[in-house]
Amino acid sequence: MTVLHSAPRYQAEDGLVAALSATLGDKLLACKEEHGEVVLTVRRAAIDDALRLLRDEHDYQQLMEIAGVDYPQRAERFEVVYMLLSVTRNHRLLVKVSAAENTPVPTVTTVWPVAGWLEREVFDMYGVFFAGNTDLRRILTDYGFEGHPFRKDFPLTGYVELRYSEEDKRVVYEPVKLAQDLRSFDFMSPWEGADYVLPGDEKALTPPPAPAPVATAPAKVEAPKVETPKVTEKPADTGAGEPAAKETAKKVSKAKAAPKASNKAEPGAPEPTETRPARKPRAKKTDGGEA
Amino acid sequence: MSFSLEESPTTGDEVITNYTINFGPQHPAAHGVLRMVMELDGEIIERIDPHVGLLHRGTEKLIEHKTYLQALPYFDRLDYCSPLAMEHSYVLAIEKLLNLEVPLRGQYLRVLFAELTRVCNHMLNMGSHVMDVGAMTPNLWLFEIREDCLNFFERASGARMHSAWFRPGGVHQDVPEKLLVDIGEWIDTRLFPLFEDAMSLVVDNRIFKQRNVDIAKVSKEDALAWGFSGPMIRAAGIPWDLRKSQPYDVYDRMDFEIPVGTNSDCYDRFMVRVEEVRQSARIMKQCLAEMPSGPVASEDRKVVPPKRAEMKQSMEALIHHFKLYTEGFHVPAGEVYVATESPKGEFGVYLVSDGSNKPYRCKIRPTAFSHLQAMDFMSKGHMLPDATAILGAIDVVFGECDR
Repeated sequence: MTVLHSAPRYQAEDGLVAALSATLGDKLLACKEEHGEVVLTVRRAAIDDALRLLRDEHDYQQLMEIAGVDYPQRAERFEVVYMLLSVTRNHRLLVKVSAAENTPVPTVTTVWPVAGWLEREVFDMYGVFFAGNTDLRRILTDYGFEGHPFRKDFPLTGYVELRYSEEDKRVVYEPVKLAQDLRSFDFMSPWEGADYVLPGDEKALTPPPAPAPVATAPAKVEAPKVETPKVTEKPADTGAGEPAAKETAKKVSKAKAAPKASNKAEPGAPEPTETRPARKPRAKKTDGGEA
Repeated sequence: MSFSLEESPTTGDEVITNYTINFGPQHPAAHGVLRMVMELDGEIIERIDPHVGLLHRGTEKLIEHKTYLQALPYFDRLDYCSPLAMEHSYVLAIEKLLNLEVPLRGQYLRVLFAELTRVCNHMLNMGSHVMDVGAMTPNLWLFEIREDCLNFFERASGARMHSAWFRPGGVHQDVPEKLLVDIGEWIDTRLFPLFEDAMSLVVDNRIFKQRNVDIAKVSKEDALAWGFSGPMIRAAGIPWDLRKSQPYDVYDRMDFEIPVGTNSDCYDRFMVRVEEVRQSARIMKQCLAEMPSGPVASEDRKVVPPKRAEMKQSMEALIHHFKLYTEGFHVPAGEVYVATESPKGEFGVYLVSDGSNKPYRCKIRPTAFSHLQAMDFMSKGHMLPDATAILGAIDVVFGECDR
């Protein structure tokens, strides 16, 4: 593939991948080169040894970043990606391990001290444990935060919101209340693999009835069975009639009737600020009392 | 704060045991919301535990719920002192996944404005660093330059800070010819006089040197092991600059030099930035001299929306415009890590695409995160007031550190 983009350009030396796989040996699970990135997948238990080998024998001196990624459909749902940089060979490398919630990844703080906070961040955001990291506290989320917010099953809005309470004179946490649901649009074309039925399109899915075999009579379509079929054959079945009319005539509300509007001013009401021009009374009575 | 007095067994004086103080989160020298729990022995720093994350907004999670284009403005809000440099990594990551070619004028414009951003960022950082150690005037002079830069951003994109001007495939709009002329004039008539004036007050200043020379020395090995980048690693004497070693856009056509430090202290970090401003001006002048005419963004209508005028004329352009601003473009599945030389160091974006119109995962590699982690070992044994000089020389901005 010809490179058209103008992203940072660096070249892998010839035979680099072969040399790396020879060094890592059975620690290496998979190796691919895509979009110009060399991605190595190594066994989780051997990640610290693998990175130490890469640093000492292949001159990848710097660990620039550790990223967590969540793939909930996988058996080991998390991926931890280590970005290595060699300043002498001018090359970058991505090294991956997979992990689950209950399978700790060996820490690489023994190889690079910078891994301390980077591992703390992955732990905070995804809940991946790093065995041997002596300071595995949360780092980016709030003091006392619960959950791991970057997991795919964690809602975008979170579970709690906080505000300053004037009564309590402190910040209080409350469950999130959304005035409007977050909108997420689905741009799948209904012709190209949307896996839902469009509203009003339900009938299209039921297969047409199979052509009746010649020898047998067509199957009798049976009405759904109910215990007492609902019919309105007599007037009594309709629910209408004398008793019902009596019921409706009953007054429901026991409250006092609304007061009639009057032209007299309420006691204590302010004086009108300006005199209004006198208007002719309307032809119809509109004081609302009789309505 | 625990505080207790006891008698020294030898001199009979009162001895103060170690005590712990909070530096921040509301401290003007913390450059944002940084809380550092400091253990002090008198005025000597024994241990620092920086607490970051007070500005954590979950940008990476928000990006997963936006289309590629909608996610772009979040990058302006990371390092709000150098917004265009943040966008640069992101658009390059998308282009790398798409393998999309950017027209030459678009690349030149990006480099020009990335360097203008670098100048703008260094003005803020150097000004505040100088102010943190006691000088007031240079900061005011440097802010004049910064104000000019922001006006240029406004003339190019309509926004002073949150430009959202770099787009996948190029830049959003071409700039007026007068703007390029003005930038060229400004470099000679405003930037250099003001900048050199301000620097003449600082670089040989006795007080400034007393506060910065030999503060927080870091060896080359430590700089590599602690993931330093940008001016921090160059001050340690390692000539590592992604613009040179892994050139992107048209940096490979530019003629510029990489300043390195000799002593690896706060003063060297400051001086590296001073020289970087001059080199940035050099790059900007080359951009202005060499910039070709032509389109500023890719003509691939499956990624870059058509111009409005075209949209009013052509049905196909209208459809493209509608599709790109509602659904957005789809990016082929894959993963890339793209890092550029932001003014503060290596700013990286690890982009995982599942082939849909939204990023599956977008990990942002901030520069300040690794540098702040080294705060503990850099300030051990220094005095409390040195902590502000060290912080100033790191050039930390919390929009980026906390994401």
